[in-house]
Amino acid sequence: EGQDYVGFDTITQQMERKFLKRGFNLNVILVGESGMGKSTLVNSIFTTHLVDSQGRRTAQEVIRKTTEISPVTQTLEENGVRVRLTIIDTPGFGDQCNNEGCWVPVIKYIKDQHAAYLARELKPFRDRIINDTRVHACLYFLNPGSRGLRPLDVEVLKRLTEVTNVIPVIAKSDSMTSDERTLFKRRVKEEMAFHRITTYPYANADDDDDEDRMLNNSIRDLIPFAVVGSEETIDVDGTQVRGRRHGWGVINIFDETHCDFVHLRNFMLRTHLSDLIEVTAQRHYEQFRTSQLRQIKELRDQQAAGAAAAGVPPGAVATQPPVAPLPHQPVAQV
Amino acid sequence: MRVCSTKHHDGAGVSGGAGVAKKLNGYVGFSNYPNQQHRRSIKRGFNFTMMVVGESGLGKTTLINTLFESKVYPAADNGGDGSPRGAASPVVPPAGVDITSVSADIVESGVKLRLSVVDTPGFGDAINNDEAWRPILENIESRFDAYLAQENRVNRSKIVDNRVNALLYFIKPTGHGLRAVDIEFMKSLHSRVNLIPIIARADTLTPREVEQFKAKVLADINYHGIQIFKPVSDQFDDPETVADNRAIAAKIPFAVVGSDRLVERADGTKVRGRSYPWGVIEVENEDHNDFVALRQMLLRTHTEELRDETDVALYESYRTQKLLALGHVQDGTVFREFSPRARQEEEDRVHAAKMHKLETEMAAVFKQKVQEKEDKLKKSEEELHSRHKQMKAMLEKQRHDLDEKKARFAQSDAPAVAAAAAAAAAAGASYTDPAQRAALKDKDKKKNRFF
Repeated sequence: EGQDYVGFDTITQQMERKFLKRGFNLNVILVGESGMGKSTLVNSIFTTHLVDSQGRRTAQEVIRKTTEISPVTQTLEENGVRVRLTIIDTPGFGDQCNNEGCWVPVIKYIKDQHAAYLARELKPFRDRIINDTRVHACLYFLNPGSRGLRPLDVEVLKRLTEVTNVIPVIAKSDSMTSDERTLFKRRVKEEMAFHRITTYPYANADDDDDEDRMLNNSIRDLIPFAVVGSEETIDVDGTQVRGRRHGWGVINIFDETHCDFVHLRNFMLRTHLSDLIEVTAQRHYEQFRTSQLRQIKELRDQQAAGAAAAGVPPGAVATQPPVAPLPHQPVAQV
Repeated sequence: MRVCSTKHHDGAGVSGGAGVAKKLNGYVGFSNYPNQQHRRSIKRGFNFTMMVVGESGLGKTTLINTLFESKVYPAADNGGDGSPRGAASPVVPPAGVDITSVSADIVESGVKLRLSVVDTPGFGDAINNDEAWRPILENIESRFDAYLAQENRVNRSKIVDNRVNALLYFIKPTGHGLRAVDIEFMKSLHSRVNLIPIIARADTLTPREVEQFKAKVLADINYHGIQIFKPVSDQFDDPETVADNRAIAAKIPFAVVGSDRLVERADGTKVRGRSYPWGVIEVENEDHNDFVALRQMLLRTHTEELRDETDVALYESYRTQKLLALGHVQDGTVFREFSPRARQEEEDRVHAAKMHKLETEMAAVFKQKVQEKEDKLKKSEEELHSRHKQMKAMLEKQRHDLDEKKARFAQSDAPAVAAAAAAAAAAGASYTDPAQRAALKDKDKKKNRFF
């Protein structure tokens, strides 16, 4: 300890302890048609069988008529860090002949979580650490082999990117050669630029330092991630490898030349995890909150105008922090 | 790692840290999350606001400078050799309690701290100190109000947090327990701020006197139900930390001595302390006073907890009270876990109930109509029945009349007719016999001649 040393730099360790104690929530929604390999990918990322596929297994099962929302929550622990992971699957999305509006339940669910959080935050008596059910990341699964985005993709992505962090992913990319993959990625990026669809990570002019900016740029080059998922371990020349065995070769999902799985996993969990959560809170949630509060204010202004017209003095209208019922209500008030 | 998983198909999140964790088959990497947070908070920097309260002359400024290595009050400002600030001019009695604030930005190991110290000169110095605590309480609450206003703004990108995280209350080392002004102050403020009582100028007390005084102070605090800040351990701390926490907690209230100048010890080394004819008291010697323990708790181990407690408990209770006082109503329904499946089920139930109601209504209406029709049919049936009876009666009557007529008619010729009939019957002949008929005809003709 030097003469000038005060010692408060240990505050960062204190904060780490706080996070360890509290644990944190991570909510990820998977959007894509059935058969894209959504459940397999999640199980590969977390190296454990966490979610079951919700696809049709037998002929007797009915094809779903609407998109269902089915969240599954589990607690995972690693090196003392605990996460309450919620994977939200969307069986039925894009599976019918007429897929108009199949995104509506998805958007509604995401907005409902924001609304529920906002409702709790506004209450006089609230938990300071509100249980965070807001969707932090959306993995959007693109069809491999199409020429860029399909019309459904464009419609859904436009809406999804307004409410949550979207990470586009090329599903089952083992059907594309490296050249096709590059071409497809370029097509997708061009089309997203054309339709003005911005995916995560967002360009923050002020916040990032050079290191972060370089990292984000390299991530943006990779998007959409061409992934292959696998829950099987195969023996390749004596080594155990997670992958898929074809007659003509073996795909190792951890090999960076085979697919982008490792990049996606590192990006989502090892480098940008806390950023995903923060951006959800500071950008998407705040946007939602702003729009809700504005609507309430407009409502109140209308009421005040009505009262003024009726001769009531304007001061009579209460000027408190908003407690009017929010325009977007998730839970039916029974 | 523990095994069992908690799988919910409705709930969108399990609150609290008590969930049993699922076993992972490989390294995933989300344990890097605290590191990512670490980097982020270093970039952002921290805020810490401290308030010092006590009569003048108790060594508040000196202590602050000792804690923060003279970084807060520059050397020109402090009291110098212990004399009160501004002693050159005649002492002007302070007009009430003043609230002054000084801020300093300190950087250590890349960690940026914005430290604010709020001083309260004039506290307890007047003749009448009845409500000396009020300006201080109002200042603390106004900081809460400012934060509440920022939190409720539409645009919340820049929130400045200057809420008071810790209040050091300086107790005069009388040896007789707390004085009235001390008790009044602490009772008024303990629910709004983390109170850290400090026995000032501890170099006037011997070790035994310190022990006794501490016991008296604690007894007074307990008696009046005053909440002071105490470091607590939880299940996540290792035994060493638990022991450290307990050692620190045992020293509360801290008996401290402050000094921002170097003095020479008997053996020639220079230390921070105060030099007396009878010896040298060293600030950083744990046997001489509790300064090290105070610094440890305030800056090195419990800084985050002080900030957290302010944010999670003190601010929240203030906010709740204020909003409820303003007339907000607590609506508990929002705290139900939202799940789309439950909501869907509820909607289905409501719908089913509606359908059921409609059904029963329609059934009732149907029944009623059926009943009406039945009644109508019955009525017409009865009508027909009665009419039928009537007609039958009429016909009967007619027949009866005719029979009567017939009888009357037969009676006038009764014997002849009877004889003819008998004859006919006896002969076994019927009217078909031509001869008989001819005979009868003649008879009739004869009868008719008479008519």
